[in-house]
Amino acid sequence: MTRQEVLDLYFMDARSKLIDLAAFLDRIERATGEADFRFEAFKRALDLLSAENASKARGVLMSLSDPTIEPIAKAPGKGACGAWPGASVH
Amino acid sequence: MRYIEPHGHMVSRTTDDYEKMVLAGCAAVCEPAFWAGFDRSGVEGFYDYFCQLTDYEPKRAARFGLPHYCWLCINPKESEDVLLAAGVLEIIPQFMDRPNVLGIGEIGLNKNTRNEIQILERHIDLAARHDQLILVHTPHLEDKFKGTRLILDALQADKRINPGRVIIDHCEEHTIEMVLDAGFWAGITLYPESKTTPARAVDMYELYGQQNIWLNSACDWGKSDPLAVPKTALEMRRRGHSTETIDKLIFQNPARFMSQNPRFQLK
Repeated sequence: MTRQEVLDLYFMDARSKLIDLAAFLDRIERATGEADFRFEAFKRALDLLSAENASKARGVLMSLSDPTIEPIAKAPGKGACGAWPGASVH
Repeated sequence: MRYIEPHGHMVSRTTDDYEKMVLAGCAAVCEPAFWAGFDRSGVEGFYDYFCQLTDYEPKRAARFGLPHYCWLCINPKESEDVLLAAGVLEIIPQFMDRPNVLGIGEIGLNKNTRNEIQILERHIDLAARHDQLILVHTPHLEDKFKGTRLILDALQADKRINPGRVIIDHCEEHTIEMVLDAGFWAGITLYPESKTTPARAVDMYELYGQQNIWLNSACDWGKSDPLAVPKTALEMRRRGHSTETIDKLIFQNPARFMSQNPRFQLK
């Protein structure tokens, strides 16, 4: 597809998601108390969006991922939270 | 339009969903064993679940003329308990000869623990000894990249495993390339929040080749859409993909993979 065609198909959807994202960040700013590691991870991922390459989705996913290779000793639970806590201490 | 739902947890869906899927063109549904949303209390719970997958659920699907197939295992969310997992592994062979069983799955990892890897390796061994197809679940969110690497290591360490007989599911932009490069099939799962949207799925299809990829909804008891595959077909149509290209991705590809087990038949 041409860039024009991509814009015609997806601009309104992306615009809507962009405003939702901005409103989410505003909501955090207005809220009280301390944020946890997820917010820092989120902001690091946001920085990747201005990169001039065509692998931003991959970059965002990697920035939120556990990059280590060793299995862990015991499961801390069953769920995942969407960001790797270890990134904030490395 | 015709399509195959190669990964749907139909025990968690209503009969209405079967009807909607058939009306949308579903020609077969395949159901991997998974976590029920709670931990089963013992091996007997899995025995009943495997009876449900191999006896009751095919009958429910048949009311709509829909062939139903399944995969057997203990899901990685429960394999942290190695004693329970060992007991479940012992009863799986007695279900393998049932007519709708396609292979072992969805095995894999959840939190990437040593116990999970031990049970993954035992499932791989079980599949190899019984010459079964394998369907692999990759972990969620921040655990997916690491888990996919560990899963590839475990599969490649067993020289009996032919990558062309293994589908590694729930791939995303940061994992699909390593899966395809290693010769395995890649599954892309369409979820409303996690995993991928139809637009991202079509991006990956366009970027990473059009051979060994399938799409699935993985519809279950959580937020999920049993019509996600046909909705992605519409997304492809919006981008100008041909009817043949769409048919290849949502019908021919899953049929080609699962037909490696001769039990898989389309009416």
